[in-house]
Amino acid sequence: MSANLEAALEVIKQLSKVQSCKIVFDLLEVEVDKDNILDVLSELKDGDHYQFRQLTDIAGVDYPNKFPRFEVVYHFLDFKQNIRLRIKTKVSEEESVPSITAIYPCANWYEREAFDMYGINFTDHPDLRRLLTDYNFEGHPLRKDFPLTGTVEVRYSDIEKKVIYEPVNLQQDFRNFDVQSPWEGTKYEKPNEISEGDNEQ
Amino acid sequence: MSNKTITVNFGPVHPAAHGVLRLLLDLDGEVVERADPHIGLLHRGTEKLIEHKTYLQALPYFDRLDYVAPMNQEHAFALAIEKLTGAEVPKRGQYIRVLFSEIGRLLSHLLNVTTSAMDVGAMSPITWGFDEREKLLDFYEEVSGSRFHAAYFRAGGVHKDLPDGLLQKIYDFCISFPKALDDIETMLTENRIFKQRNVDIANITKDEAIDNGFTGFILRSTGVPWDLRKSQPYDSYEDFNFQIPVGKNGDCYDRYLCQIAEMRESIKIMLQCIDNMPEGEVINHDAKIAAPKRADMKTSMEAIIRHFKFFTEGFQVPAGEVYTAVEAPKGEFGVYLISDGTSKPYRCKIRAPGFAHLAAFNMLTKGHLLADVPAILGSIAIVFGEVDR
Repeated sequence: MSANLEAALEVIKQLSKVQSCKIVFDLLEVEVDKDNILDVLSELKDGDHYQFRQLTDIAGVDYPNKFPRFEVVYHFLDFKQNIRLRIKTKVSEEESVPSITAIYPCANWYEREAFDMYGINFTDHPDLRRLLTDYNFEGHPLRKDFPLTGTVEVRYSDIEKKVIYEPVNLQQDFRNFDVQSPWEGTKYEKPNEISEGDNEQ
Repeated sequence: MSNKTITVNFGPVHPAAHGVLRLLLDLDGEVVERADPHIGLLHRGTEKLIEHKTYLQALPYFDRLDYVAPMNQEHAFALAIEKLTGAEVPKRGQYIRVLFSEIGRLLSHLLNVTTSAMDVGAMSPITWGFDEREKLLDFYEEVSGSRFHAAYFRAGGVHKDLPDGLLQKIYDFCISFPKALDDIETMLTENRIFKQRNVDIANITKDEAIDNGFTGFILRSTGVPWDLRKSQPYDSYEDFNFQIPVGKNGDCYDRYLCQIAEMRESIKIMLQCIDNMPEGEVINHDAKIAAPKRADMKTSMEAIIRHFKFFTEGFQVPAGEVYTAVEAPKGEFGVYLISDGTSKPYRCKIRAPGFAHLAAFNMLTKGHLLADVPAILGSIAIVFGEVDR
């Protein structure tokens, strides 16, 4: 598997539109500009040496202190060579990523999920609706600035004889114990203390 | 005769919807023109919750994804942490995990085969299948204390060693189970009604399956011999001798046959596990991703401190990104874990096999009769815990 990986690394490095390419934990990691993603993917899906035929997953990631804020991470699998590929692309809140549903049909729901959870826009998506959240839901729950407890709660109102939504009102706040010890090797950053340009892990 | 299509709601409380699926079906007479699954009714925000918990506290959420085979999900998460920390798992721990992964496969396939049989009218297999499931869940209970939400697989191995005599009980089960499976097969495999409802329903080709992200037995039923246990072995799967059943037509009936054949292979793996079960530790205590041993805590101050820190602060995982996948009963279950070096995951994306399968539901049902919808839904083994997360 690792020999295949290194061979594929050499080939993919040659592609013109690839920004960087390395092997991370038995997997090829490629960074691509979002505008080139369709070109790179159409080359990778049916290349001579590699056929990343299957889209395994699309994940959004939120880095609120970076610009562009979001990362869209695609995972692909090549059945023949038995290697996995990860493609990362960055996108800000205002921009949108080209949808890859035309190349990989199963991207449809994954992109809808990323849109729902992070508010990442995908251009040319056939049906970009919310997927996992409630009808008429507001906000994007997996963003780091979305509260864990949410913003509304639902109950059946016996007076109004229907299900109603109210602002969330917890009897006890979510308790987030700060148990991280100061003498451990890792440097901890509290979200409101992060300085500009110092946001790598 | 009019050409008007009507839209009907299938679910979310339909017994054949396997949980909380709301399907909007556009019907032309009895023929399905379009199926639009509305999911998320069981969405609990697992990924968000995991970001707010330590690695140890995050693990039990994985039981609640595919709650039909809980330990297989924990496996993917444990492997992800092990890959990031570089921790080795002792051989006995690996074998126990293989053993219980296969028990999970039996749990899932037994439930799925028999309930989908019930959806097409066969009432007896479900009672027999659940009888066998009950025995398997007793094994879960013996090792972990709970029948479903086991939290037994931990980063670095498994929580506790097997209790005395459990291997003998599992062995007895492996000997008696094929008989029960034969009974189920007698009722279904050559049954005329069962075949009428399943043969040639929702055929998929190899290309369609790959393009739509299908994995697991659904991919194999189309004739692709792809199984992560063979192709990208994790834990000790390379030590075991087993076959990968593949289908030919990729229809509901082939998916059923694949599941039955996989159960027989699982029994083989379990028997090999029992025969060759190594001695030794079950969890890696040295890599600092597991709690210290009770015995050490009686004599060592460091062990007590570590124990306290382990259960309050948790353990730090080196920064990095990793994708690990296991062959869960329903297909490739993957975890994409981003660690920022603290004791909580920065991001944990869960790749559930059922999500891709259900996403292609429109493709699967198009042109079929309304009565085929439950049969198709049953054949792709949907569990909403993992689809909605």
